[in-house]
Amino acid sequence: MSAEPRDDTQGPRSWTGSLRRLIERDLPIEHLLPDREPAYVGSWVYVFGVVTIAALILTIASGVVLAFFGPQWWHVSPQGHFFNSLHFWSVQMFFVFMVLHLWGQYFGQGWRDGRATTWMVGVVVFLVSIVTAFTGYLSQQNFDSQWIAVNAKDAINATGAGAFFNVLNFGQMYGLHVMLFPILIVFLVGLHVVQVRLRGVVKPPAEERP
Amino acid sequence: MKRRQIDQGTYYRGVPTSPYDLVKEITLALGVLLVVVLVLSAVLSSPDVPPVTIQSWAKSAPLDFLQTATAELQGSTISADYGPPYNIDADGLDPSDTGASVQTWGPLAPQLWAGVHQPINPPETDVIAPLRLASVGRPGLGAALVQYQAAGTVQEQTWLTNYQKALTKATTNGPLVRVPAGAYGPVNVMMQALLADGRAGALDSLLLHSGRFYVTDYTKPLLFLADGGYFPGLAQSQKLTGSQWGMMNETGRYPGQAWLWLYTLWYQIPPYSTAQNADLLVVLTMGLLTTLLLLVPFIPGLRDLPRWLGLHRLVWREHYRLEREARRLGGGGGGSTAR
Ligand code: HEM
Repeated sequence: MSAEPRDDTQGPRSWTGSLRRLIERDLPIEHLLPDREPAYVGSWVYVFGVVTIAALILTIASGVVLAFFGPQWWHVSPQGHFFNSLHFWSVQMFFVFMVLHLWGQYFGQGWRDGRATTWMVGVVVFLVSIVTAFTGYLSQQNFDSQWIAVNAKDAINATGAGAFFNVLNFGQMYGLHVMLFPILIVFLVGLHVVQVRLRGVVKPPAEERP
Repeated sequence: MKRRQIDQGTYYRGVPTSPYDLVKEITLALGVLLVVVLVLSAVLSSPDVPPVTIQSWAKSAPLDFLQTATAELQGSTISADYGPPYNIDADGLDPSDTGASVQTWGPLAPQLWAGVHQPINPPETDVIAPLRLASVGRPGLGAALVQYQAAGTVQEQTWLTNYQKALTKATTNGPLVRVPAGAYGPVNVMMQALLADGRAGALDSLLLHSGRFYVTDYTKPLLFLADGGYFPGLAQSQKLTGSQWGMMNETGRYPGQAWLWLYTLWYQIPPYSTAQNADLLVVLTMGLLTTLLLLVPFIPGLRDLPRWLGLHRLVWREHYRLEREARRLGGGGGGSTAR
């Protein structure tokens, strides 16, 4: 054997190696799952983000059941209707706590100390959630879906988006609602939480001294 | 490479910490929320008003159905003059008609730019095409269609105008409509056939007929329903129309898309409430506001407002109390960000 033993720590920098070093440096497991936090994290304002995650989990779980049995099922089955109710109220909770979290972050100025992108990803999650809920309303196959579709089409058509986003096309809206948008939300929430863990929870703003 | 300021060790120097169990917190949150959602679902259920069908329309409001279908033939409905993505001068009656209700704002006409993508030609889509399918094996209807289509636009419009007049004197008996005699050629034969197919439920399928087996696109029947008076009337009685803040409501007393409150608000106030291009104006306004929300961290004033209001002093009052304590005792107390 003529090949010399290779030294992985010295070799030319590979992309994979760079990514690993970046994660090891900035996102060690103690940052991802800390068991101590700054004392000020005891405030109730931090509950909103966590409850939003819980509501998202319940929304997805109930939605998976609805999707599994198909879009007609819950209109004819009492059990199905109950799962629809679970999905409906999980979504309402999701929005209530997401909006509380948004206001909490606004009044706490959560974007300070290099956390502006965390705020911006949050806003994008908020927008994608609105579109997701909207496609959900369109996927119900009942009077609300019909009316919401007919009513909403004008605003969407006025922007030109109606050319490729047809709210009157059930198949398109259903596919987006059960597949694409949920994946997008989970990805963005994951990114959002990693952003928070990366930098740690922001310190409260300094008190203005007289 | 400049190292970003995310070195947590440096950032948190001097900040007192306490034990914190993230996994327990999320598990508890999940448990409590599950109970809340179970109780809400058991007690309040969720709305599910059955959809309107062409059949229920033809049965419950046959006269409205006939008037709407005749108007579709005349090319005088909302969908006939809609513009993109459905049509541009669909009825071919008015060469200067590039979609009378296309919304523009100054040189901005995204609706026109996007073009036609779900072609809807109401006389053909809603009446002639379904009747042509239904005329197989019905010689009377077939002859009426041939006579109608051979007549030419001027004759057709005269028949239709006369028929609309006759409909104002029509009498209904349950789902049946008796139209007084008049100079409307084959139109009554066609319309009575359409009404019968509607009543039978056949028109629901005929409108979706595409030659392919599977269907998921309900553009045609929904636009037809929306052109009538029956469907919007039901929505009105459920407080769902735009001027009733309908965009954030749902049937019954359920919370709907309450998060659309700001979007819906614009439609209630001038200049939006009276503008012909209200939808476009509202979307542009919301686009601007959304951009502002996205950029809050960078916009002076907007990002300072919370500091001036000082709600954070309430949120972290324990933290500030301890900090003041520490300062009084001469310690560092570096738990806050210097601005
Ligand atoms: C699905 C929606 C969302 C979820 C699940 C979520 C979750 C979280 C969680 C768990 C945290 C950790 C700290 C805390 O709980 O306060 C956090 C932090 C943060 N969130 Fe969200 N969030 C969401 C949407 C938003 C929105 C809409 C905004 C604002 C527009 C936002 C802005 C922020 C900011 C700025 C932080 C950093 C705060 C800090 O460093 O202390 N998030 N988010």
